[in-house]
Amino acid sequence: MRSLELAKRNFKVVWRDPLSLGITVGLPVALLLVLQAFGEFEEVFTPTALTPGIVLFGFVMLMFSEAMTLSRDRESALFARLLTAPVKASDFVAAYSLPYLSVAVIQGIVLFGIGVFLGLEVKGNVGLVVLVILLIAVFYIALGMALGSLLPVAPLSGAYAVVLLLTIFGGAWMDLDAIGGVFQTVGNVLPFAHALDASRDVMINGAGLDAVAIDLYWILGYTLATVALALITFRRKMLE
Amino acid sequence: MCPSIKRDSFAVQTLGISKTFGDFTAVDGIDLSVDHGELFSLLGPNGAGKTTTIKMLSCLLRPTGGTATIMGHDIRDDPLSVKQAIAVSPQETAIAEHLNAWENLSLMAGMHGLGKREAKRRSSELLEVLGLTDRATDRVRKYSGGMKRRLSIAMALVSDPQVLFLDEPTLGLDLQSRRAIWEHVAGLKGETTVLLTTHYLEEADALADRIAIIDEGKIVALGTPGELKSSISDVPVTVVEADNLTGDAVEALRQIYPVVRPTESGVEVEAEDVNLYDLDDCLRPRGVVIRSTYKRQVTLDDVFLHLTGKQLRE
Repeated sequence: MRSLELAKRNFKVVWRDPLSLGITVGLPVALLLVLQAFGEFEEVFTPTALTPGIVLFGFVMLMFSEAMTLSRDRESALFARLLTAPVKASDFVAAYSLPYLSVAVIQGIVLFGIGVFLGLEVKGNVGLVVLVILLIAVFYIALGMALGSLLPVAPLSGAYAVVLLLTIFGGAWMDLDAIGGVFQTVGNVLPFAHALDASRDVMINGAGLDAVAIDLYWILGYTLATVALALITFRRKMLE
Repeated sequence: MCPSIKRDSFAVQTLGISKTFGDFTAVDGIDLSVDHGELFSLLGPNGAGKTTTIKMLSCLLRPTGGTATIMGHDIRDDPLSVKQAIAVSPQETAIAEHLNAWENLSLMAGMHGLGKREAKRRSSELLEVLGLTDRATDRVRKYSGGMKRRLSIAMALVSDPQVLFLDEPTLGLDLQSRRAIWEHVAGLKGETTVLLTTHYLEEADALADRIAIIDEGKIVALGTPGELKSSISDVPVTVVEADNLTGDAVEALRQIYPVVRPTESGVEVEAEDVNLYDLDDCLRPRGVVIRSTYKRQVTLDDVFLHLTGKQLRE
């Protein structure tokens, strides 16, 4: 598999870059540690309530880091050289996505490990929790791929802010039902609220697959659409 | 694909290939045929359209007109097969800064489908030839500019391509590194088809089997270095290095020798026999101090000047 060498290179870029690891793993961990200190005053700050939202925050950071790397790479002479190799757009997309999946797995293990250490109670089936979290991670990685293929470096910060706000107002820290109105309608059409609902339900409430199936379909649908967008965009950028 | 292209007869063939960016025509209907194993050079000043041509041939830019084939594969219809046959050394240094030299070479070898053992053998050979063996395991971000350039070129050579595009390969390199690369590229003749773009006259003159001189997106002359030089004149050039040279003095000299070109250090006189006494008699009364005179042969720069009215060295 020709793209394996590129995936290996991207893997090294991710794991040899302290700044990238700092914002993708370090920042969510710091946020969890700081916010849980307020847990004895407010229930929303307990590790159990916080961890699912923090995991999603970590995935947003991962998406941002991935999109920045790809967008910066696209403007480099190295990338032009890589495009002259006999490799398809789908191989490029895979080679840029796979290393970030490894970071997502580490993020999940670290955040859940710390969460459990601090008192997080996982009530649901662990296998199902892993499946749901992985699907959500794949969605955010696909989104990073699409944004990085589509946008130059400068406007990426704006796109990141939008995704972060949508994740927060999609239910990570604000209850959509409590906000109501247009926010609730838009929130329910986007995948972010479904991602949080699914992860909370299986993790904290012990829900089964049936109970989160609708949420998972939403996420899966958006993931497939985002991967398609990334592939189409990438293919177009390969030959200008 | 254009039906008039005969597949496989040439390693690289372009037929009326063009590229426009808005109103600007970067490449204007270029026709080229490069034989298998030939070292062919595109020579021209910056902005002449050399890099745009290479980008179209390596399937990075879509032509706005015409087409080309590489090893019989049409760049429009079958880019993947084209990419299997080629390797490109871009004008800019194109390396992965987070990796070491071995890893960079392994990346390109892997992307071109080379096996691990072959990749290692070729990498080792290239690192040696380009003088990078001692630093091969250091991250390349710590390399000097020259070392990065050499690695960038090695990354194009590692896959042992059928057709190699070298876009200004020695730009900014010191003479020693330049010579090492020239030697290696010259050694590829006969086996690898090389399309070399350069604005260094010596590079094209020393390496190329044939040269196409390109200016403002068009080919203005094509032939072997010898053919190009003899096409404008067999008349030798006398270089006169002088101080206080005025326009009047140059005009006076033109009364004796019709072809006189002012240069930075004096004038060049193109004539079969230049009499030094005549020169002295003409220039001295006009306050000109002649420092030295010598004869030289016609260069590719003269060819370019003759064809375009411009100098390559700018």
